[in-house]
This record gives sequence, C-alpha cells and structure tokens, in this order.
Amino acid sequence: MRQELHRFFRAARGAGVRVSPAESIDAMKAVADVGFADRAILRDTLLLTLAKSEEEKQALGDCFDLFFSQPAVKEETAPEDAAENKNAESGPNEMEQGGDAGAPAPELGDLAQMLLSRDRNAIAAAMAAAANAASLSDIRYFTQRGIFSTRILEQLGIERLRDDLDALTATNPADAERLAAALEALRENVRDVVNQALLLYGREESENLRHEILRNAPLARLERRQVEQMKALIRAIARRLRERYSKPRKRQRRGHLDLRRTLRRNAAWGSVPFLISWKRRHRDRPKIVALCDVSGSVAQVSDFFLLLIHSLHEVVDDVRSFAFSGHLIEVSDILDKKTPEEAMSEIMSKVGFGSSDYGGSLVDFEKDFINTVTPKTTVIVLGDARTNNLDPRADILRTISERSKRLVWLNPEGRMAWGWGDSEMPRYGAFCSVVRQCATAKQLERAVSDIVAAYQ
Amino acid sequence: MTHNPLPADSIEAVTSGLASAGYIASKQIATAIYLAERIEKPILVEGPAGVGKTELAKALAAWRGLRMIRMQCYEGLDEAKALYEWKYAKQLLYTQILKDKLGEVLGGADTLAAALDKLHDFGDVFFSKEFVEPRPLLQALEQPKGCVLLVDEIDKSDAEFESLLLEILSDYQVSIPELGTVVASVKPIVILTSNGERDLSDALKRRCLHLHIGFPEQKLEERIVESRVPGISLTLRSQLVGFINQVRALDLKKLPSVSETIDWARVLVLLQSSELDHETVKDTLNVLLKYEADIETTLPQVTTFVAKAGRQGVFG
Repeated sequence: MRQELHRFFRAARGAGVRVSPAESIDAMKAVADVGFADRAILRDTLLLTLAKSEEEKQALGDCFDLFFSQPAVKEETAPEDAAENKNAESGPNEMEQGGDAGAPAPELGDLAQMLLSRDRNAIAAAMAAAANAASLSDIRYFTQRGIFSTRILEQLGIERLRDDLDALTATNPADAERLAAALEALRENVRDVVNQALLLYGREESENLRHEILRNAPLARLERRQVEQMKALIRAIARRLRERYSKPRKRQRRGHLDLRRTLRRNAAWGSVPFLISWKRRHRDRPKIVALCDVSGSVAQVSDFFLLLIHSLHEVVDDVRSFAFSGHLIEVSDILDKKTPEEAMSEIMSKVGFGSSDYGGSLVDFEKDFINTVTPKTTVIVLGDARTNNLDPRADILRTISERSKRLVWLNPEGRMAWGWGDSEMPRYGAFCSVVRQCATAKQLERAVSDIVAAYQ
Repeated sequence: MTHNPLPADSIEAVTSGLASAGYIASKQIATAIYLAERIEKPILVEGPAGVGKTELAKALAAWRGLRMIRMQCYEGLDEAKALYEWKYAKQLLYTQILKDKLGEVLGGADTLAAALDKLHDFGDVFFSKEFVEPRPLLQALEQPKGCVLLVDEIDKSDAEFESLLLEILSDYQVSIPELGTVVASVKPIVILTSNGERDLSDALKRRCLHLHIGFPEQKLEERIVESRVPGISLTLRSQLVGFINQVRALDLKKLPSVSETIDWARVLVLLQSSELDHETVKDTLNVLLKYEADIETTLPQVTTFVAKAGRQGVFG
C-alpha cells in the first residue's frame, strides 16, 4: 500500500499540488493512523496533509477520485456475451463444461487460461503487476502511449498468447474465437489503463510544455481557444508577482539613530536606552499610470496588459488606466468594477478599434489628466507608436517624462519594425526611461516585474 | 469535560467530544483535530470570517479541559510581545537594591581582574528565569498539563512574525539566547486561523495541517443553530437556514456566515416569531448583513426567498 501512496504523491504533483518529501512523510504517518478502510476519511486525511490552499484541495480531490477509480475490466465483445448467455440458459452444467474445455488444455499459457476462464480479478491483478513492471508511472507525454501499451502487453505475456491462439485455431476454432475476442478486450483495457496513467502522471509535463509554448506565443495573434488559456496564464503570472512583491520591504538603514522612537521605547525605565531604534526607510508601493493603445492589432495585447495590471492590487498602490485610439478616456473604474470580459467589451465599444491618433490622445491626456502624474508615478505606455502620419506631439510625452519617476514604453512590435513606415518609436523613445518589446506573455511578465521591482 | 491527556481514539470520539462542548463539527474538522493530536502537528484553519474558526479552538479547550492561550496577531507584533521579554525595570531595581551587597562581595578583591573573576562566579543572575516575562508563545510551552494555543488571524501579522513561529510549530521549542532552549513539557495543541487576507509563506503552510472551513451545509447549519439557540422552533430553524443559504448565493460584499445566522436566530427568538415572514425579515435584515449596499441588493428578493424557504420548511 505504501507503493500505492507513493504513486499517488506523484500523481498529485502531476495535478499541480506541490508535495514535498516532508509532507509525504506526514501524510504517510497520518494514513497509518486512520487506515485505508474508509475512503472518505482517507480522502480528507490526504487533503489535510498535502493540500495547502483551496484550489489545491480541489485539484487534489479530483486527482484522488481519478486515482482510486481504476478502469473496470471490460467484458468481451457483445456477440460473444450473447453466445455465452445462450450457454448459460441451456444449463449450468454446460457452462461448467465450457469452462473446463479451456482449462484441461495444459499447453496454454497463463494469460490464455486466465482470459478463457474469465477470471476478472486475476486479470486486473495481472494487469496492475504488468503496469508496475513496465513502470507506467513514468509516462509523461501522450506520444508514449503506444510504447507503454506494448510494454504492458509484453509483460502480460502476449507472445505466448499469440502462439496459443495460432495453436488453438488449428485445434479448437471456437475457443480460438473466444480467445481472440478476449484479447481484443484486453487490449482495450490496457489502453484505458495507459490513458488514465497519462492523465494522472503526464499532466505536469504536458501542462508545462503547453505553458511554455503559450508564454512565448505572440499575444496579438492568439486563436480564440487560446485566449481563455492565456487569461489563466496571466492570472498565474499576477499571482506570482503578487507573492513576490506584496510584502512591503523595509530597508533598514542602520547608523542613523531615531531619537524620538528610542526615547519613547525606553520611557519605561527612565529613558535609559536599553532598546535602540534606528531610522528606517520605507519603500513606497508603485503608483502606475497606464496609457494603452486599443486600436487594431495592439488591442489584444492591451487587453492582457490591463488584466495583469489590475489584478496586482496587493502590490500596486494606485493604478490609473487610460485607453485610447482616436481619443483617450479613463478606464480605471470600468476595470475595477466589472469582470474582465465585460470591462474589455465596454472599453472596446467606447474607444476601441479606431485608427490610432497618438498626438490627439496625448493632447487629451495633457488636458485632463496630467495631474495624475507625480514624481512617484511610473507611466507606462503600451502601443506600437504608429501614428498614421499624424502629428506625434512628442513634446507632451516629454512633459510627462519630466513629471514622472519613470516612463516605460512597451511596444508589441519587434525592434526591427521601429521607425519604419509611420512608426514614431525613435522619436518617442528619446523621452522614455525604458523602451522594450512586449509581444508575448513572457515579455509582459518581465516588463511588469521590472516596473514593480524598481520600487523595492 | 475532564482532562484527557491521551488523544481521542477515533474520529467519532472527536465529533462527540466537540459536540459536548457545544461545537457541531463536520467530518473534515473532526478528522483534522484527530490527526493533529495523533501526528502532533498544528492546524492552519482558513475560511471566511465567522464560520467558527476561533470557536473551534475554544470548544477543543473546553472539551479537553485544557487552558486556552490566545494570541491575537496584528501588524507590528514582534518577539517581545509574542515570545518573551526581559523585565528591565525589575533588573534595574534589583541592581539598585543589591548595590551594597555587591560592594561587600567584591570588597575582598584587590584588583579589578579579581573582582571581575568573583563577579563571574555569580553567573548571569540578572539573566535568569526570574527576569523573563513569558508572553503567550512561551507560556504555552510552559504549561505543565499542556494547553490549546490559538494563534488568531495570523494573516494580520507581518511576514517576519511568521518566521518566528516556525521553530515553535515544528519542534515545540523556543530559543532564548541567554537561557538556552525551552522545550515544551507537554506539547500544546496549536491552532492557527487565517482569513486569507494575504498568502502565508510556504514554510509555514508546510508545517501545518491545512483545514478549510467553508459555509456549512444546510443540515449541519441547522444542527449548529439548534445547539446554539435552544429555544428556536423547528420550522423557524429550517426556514431561517434556508433563507440564509439563498442569501449566500447573491453577489454581496460580505456574505452572512454562521455567526450571523446564530445572531439572527437569537434575535428572531427574542422577537418571539415562530416562523419567517417578510415583514420581520425586512426589519431585522441589518443583523444579517453588514453593508448598506448588501441590504439594498437583498431587499427586493426577500419575499421570494421567504416563500422558497417556507416551502422548503414544509417539504424538507
């Protein structure tokens, strides 16, 4: 049973629950205490010892249910069953004889005998043993299904079975037919077992692979079905950034005495300074003003960017978001109050999908919102800087740059394209602290992480 | 409610034990307590406010007949308030009083070095157990009969404090530089609660059993109300719980939890209502909901909810 638990831990890791060796030891201890008798209690116990959050509990619960529901051993194909039933109807004796007919042939291998005598428990046990011997829990990718099926069948003794089948076809065609059908059923069973194993143990790897592909896919050209996955990925990124940056770091600057605090703390013993307080420098949380181009091709990237920025509440003190294409509006409220999907569609209906006018939008910003930019603010502009040959008004960007702590420009286009055609990136870039490409989730994460880290 | 140093021998025993202390536990909760005692690990309880996280610790202490030591966490909590502190004033006072004595003791010494040697012979008199002021965590370790240590709302404390707890949680010991390591004579049962205001560190989570208490199922909640509000009629009880379950399905700022259910049940019993009608509900909704906006969201639905809850009362 210990083996079984170990395999469960591996399956749990596959399901995204981090199980450390120490935790597995605890779980073993706990399970040794409650025993295996009651499945519900066993489930509770494993959830208590292994899972560390509500989501993990959910994942682990599903994993548990999957793990302990082995696929049932399949019957042979239907017509064969019908024939069998006929036999049964005609009398139990005959049925016995039918069974005996397979048994007395001593030249048959174990597997053939097992299949012919329809000993389901024995088949299941043999299959489990074979799966173990073929180290089925090492399966990682769906491409390995074939090889593992073959290995298990080999372990079960398929070679011998084939010989038996050939021999039987010559001597006893009826039994041979039965055996052939049973073999088909067995193959199906093995396939099921392998599929389930893949589901249990392969999830981690294939998930990682998929994430890696997704992280490097250009945000602007996602397929519809990838958008949902990307949203999940962005949420995961947000969670990671939150975990990393949400603790306000106090940087102690030893060497400067905080006289007031020291006196106050030591008042209890006549201000004899037993405890000395030093001046500390508190780091501010980031204040962010985001200007996002939501026209045409940049829209999708802006989507994900806004989604990310607005799920960083714990990390970022204050976010003001503005969206523009032809003109500029503030969208912070919409993003804060509505679900991401609703917010995006509302923003798009208000300003989206026009042809972009950077100059006009910057004028709008300067007119109404320039006060949001303070020396503590990081201004992030997300856009391709394609101005449709209108006046870029780089002078306003210069004002913004002078008023802010940092001005970061994120451009979804590759560096090669900057400055070509109607791109004004070089002219804008002169006033930015940082200009970076931001086309994939990976680049997006790095860009936001850098911005937040600048405040730490 | 006698002192019982041995861990309960079955999960059912835990359930009935907690019930005797007035706490109706679900199976998960009972399993968690059972395991915590068996494998001697702290329990980290998470869940929304008011589902009985703190109550669990109290009930456990009452059932076991142990002292409960509660440590309320808040921002800025530090070692001196959580673990131990030196009694500086007392140390200062003693040095003053013993000044003459010191003179006598050291009087025989000719040189400074000899005086210093003599002083060394007395050891660290001023840094001994006498001068340690134990705070909750140290107190918990020093209880001769063991105790229930409740570290309440750990998510409110700073991340540094979490690291401070690690030694206690894994080894049930505290290191005091001047005195050495204090090891628990009887391991306390430790319960940590968190409202999930911030994510706790993995190191802390790893050392605990993780128990999530959500809103209870309808049947369980009815039993909880029954045990907490004795005078309540059967119909009112099921209607009330049915009503609250419907309210929880709404999109509210703060969902009513078990403690609000109990409060509301008490109010309704005081008002001597025998069943739910929408007038009383409208008048007493402020017991259940804590935000004006939430009350406004719920008010238009009250009549339908009451009707539905009534039907449930009849058939269920």
